[in-house]
Amino acid sequence: MKYETQKVALPFFMVAMALFTLQVVFGLLAATVYAWPNFMAEVMPFHIMRVSHTNLLIVWLLIGFMGCTYYLMPEEAEREIHSPNLAYLQLAIFAFAGAAALVGYQFGIHEGREFLEQPFWVKVLITISFLMFLFNTSMTLLKGRKTAINMVLMLGLWLAAVFWLFAFYNPTNLAVDKLYWWWVVHLWVEGVWELIMASLLGYLLIKMTGVDREVIEKWLYIIVGLALFSGLLGTGHHYYWIGAPSYWQPLSSVFSTLEVAPFFAMVVFAFTMFWKGSRNHPNKAAMLWALGCPTIAFFGAGVWGFMHTLSFINYYTHGTQVTAAHGHLAFYGAYVMLILGVITYAMPQIRRVQPYNQVLNMWGFWIMTSGMCFMTFTLTFAGVVQTHLQRVLGMNYMEVQMQLELFYIMRLGSGIAVAVGAGMLLYAFFGPVREQVPAGGTQITAGAGSV
Amino acid sequence: MADGLTKSAARNIFYGGSLFFFLVFAGLTAHTHWYMVNVSTDSAGLTESVKHGKEVWEKNMCINCHSIMGEGAYFAPELGNVWERYGGHENPEAARAGINAWIRAQPLGVEGRRQMPAYDFSDEEMSSLIDFLEWTDGIDDQNWPPHPAG
Ligand code: HEM
Ligand code: HEM
Ligand SMILES: [Fe+2]
Repeated sequence: MKYETQKVALPFFMVAMALFTLQVVFGLLAATVYAWPNFMAEVMPFHIMRVSHTNLLIVWLLIGFMGCTYYLMPEEAEREIHSPNLAYLQLAIFAFAGAAALVGYQFGIHEGREFLEQPFWVKVLITISFLMFLFNTSMTLLKGRKTAINMVLMLGLWLAAVFWLFAFYNPTNLAVDKLYWWWVVHLWVEGVWELIMASLLGYLLIKMTGVDREVIEKWLYIIVGLALFSGLLGTGHHYYWIGAPSYWQPLSSVFSTLEVAPFFAMVVFAFTMFWKGSRNHPNKAAMLWALGCPTIAFFGAGVWGFMHTLSFINYYTHGTQVTAAHGHLAFYGAYVMLILGVITYAMPQIRRVQPYNQVLNMWGFWIMTSGMCFMTFTLTFAGVVQTHLQRVLGMNYMEVQMQLELFYIMRLGSGIAVAVGAGMLLYAFFGPVREQVPAGGTQITAGAGSV
Repeated sequence: MADGLTKSAARNIFYGGSLFFFLVFAGLTAHTHWYMVNVSTDSAGLTESVKHGKEVWEKNMCINCHSIMGEGAYFAPELGNVWERYGGHENPEAARAGINAWIRAQPLGVEGRRQMPAYDFSDEEMSSLIDFLEWTDGIDDQNWPPHPAG
């Protein structure tokens, strides 16, 4: 850690991981209801578990992005964070708003649009906190060195804030409501968040492979260009069946298919830099995450997204378990693994020790990632069966669901594996420092001849 | 990697191209907004009651179990076409009574079956909610879903 204020990231990482744990808990509860429908039916109905699960995800990812930014910015801008106190204050407001929303949900206090259920005043607090964050980091950037990495990152964060404003717009016409709802949801995950993803990956790769910054930054612009050129018009893959004109069907079938390109480019990017790299960075676990993140994102977002994005296929799969399968692996690969990777990279430096607990960290990586993949497979099977019975044969929804029980039990099982992996990872991050270097066979090394 | 391309050229293509695609997208969104208000939805039929029905829908967060026009949760049946499923196209009065009776009958408490919570809607809230569902069913959505099953 070259700059003292990089440690501002630590409380962000801690809060993010606490909320991640809760997200997994609510996910397990909801998955249990799928397997045993009467579970907690009176105490906590399914919709409360689900809203808690998805909102915790969004809140912790945002807090995670903030932590990553505070960690990266001093090194990239070559100066200390503008105001550490402002950072702590802003985190307190955000965490309070998130916690208040979560508690409120248990008592039925909420708005009613998916993912945007936060009560109005919580949305306002989130906005204020995010603006404080943007001010703090932008001031640091303005006074410091400007690189492609920190410019693209800040652009992604600013645009995320701009599109968030559509969360305040709730038209009474349901079709119009949906039209702009996707300006938040799609333009985040398949638009401006990809800027955040690509720049954080670029940062990790510069640090860990030692490849020339010029090369990495050129790649970065190409990747984010591909992301926005395809992702903006790709939004229309959500406009096929909500009362929008039919031109979205051919147009967005093509453009959303192109959305696979930036994810594929990120895989090629990460692996090429890894092989080219001359530096043999001691943090093997962080390198594993930096390669795993684009890989799983490519499958979750790219392959699983493409699977149902053509309008004539989406006509049958729209709003089935296929969507749930894709949503899980895409979010996990692209954004969960990204933040976990940055935390893995940053923690030893924040704690001022050599890379530590790496074997445990890597076990966490494999168990959690396998769990999420298995969950995706079983939901995909459930979704295909559902699509056939309900959408092709026209069978009644509830009857179809009863045919899917086995898949839901397997989903719960894979969820338990995810929880185990997450537990190991948290212990690896925050627990006592054990091994300084990983044991022999688990090394992954870049560069010729060093296998 | 394209060696001919310099970093600053890549940057300019990114900024210029993104702006271009954003403008196209914003333009098409504006047209779609116009189309929804004037062509595909029944703006005249969007009464105070339908409006209120949407508020009831949101206040009770139905979206986190059900989907509506394919969006939402996947735990309970699609409701964008529930009006059609209850025979609203042939016999609106019977559909009204049927949906009302279903909601009033909750919780069913059948062992091993997913449960919908009970809601103590006033008659006025109930009728607004059903108006909202009827209005939603009337949106011209390119014939989705493929079957009344939703
Ligand atoms: C990291 C990037 C991505 C994330 C986090 C993500 C996440 C999601 C989520 C959560 C949904 C469900 C939204 C809802 O509740 O209705 C969804 C829907 C969808 N996504 Fe993605 N996605 C990503 C990338 C992609 C890509 C690249 C494609 C296309 C190649 C794609 C295609 C789709 C389609 C077609 C739907 C609609 C499914 C339906 O009709 O029910 N996604 N995505
Ligand atoms: C223990 C692990 C997990 C379990 C058991 C689980 C379970 C569930 C369940 C039961 C739902 C509701 C599906 C429905 O609406 O019918 C859900 C939704 C969702 N979960 Fe998870 N989840 C887990 C982990 C995760 C993780 C790690 C992420 C993020 C990467 C995630 C992201 C989501 C999203 C985005 C949705 C909404 C999907 C959509 O609208 O299509 N979950 N989850
Ligand atoms: Fe999308």
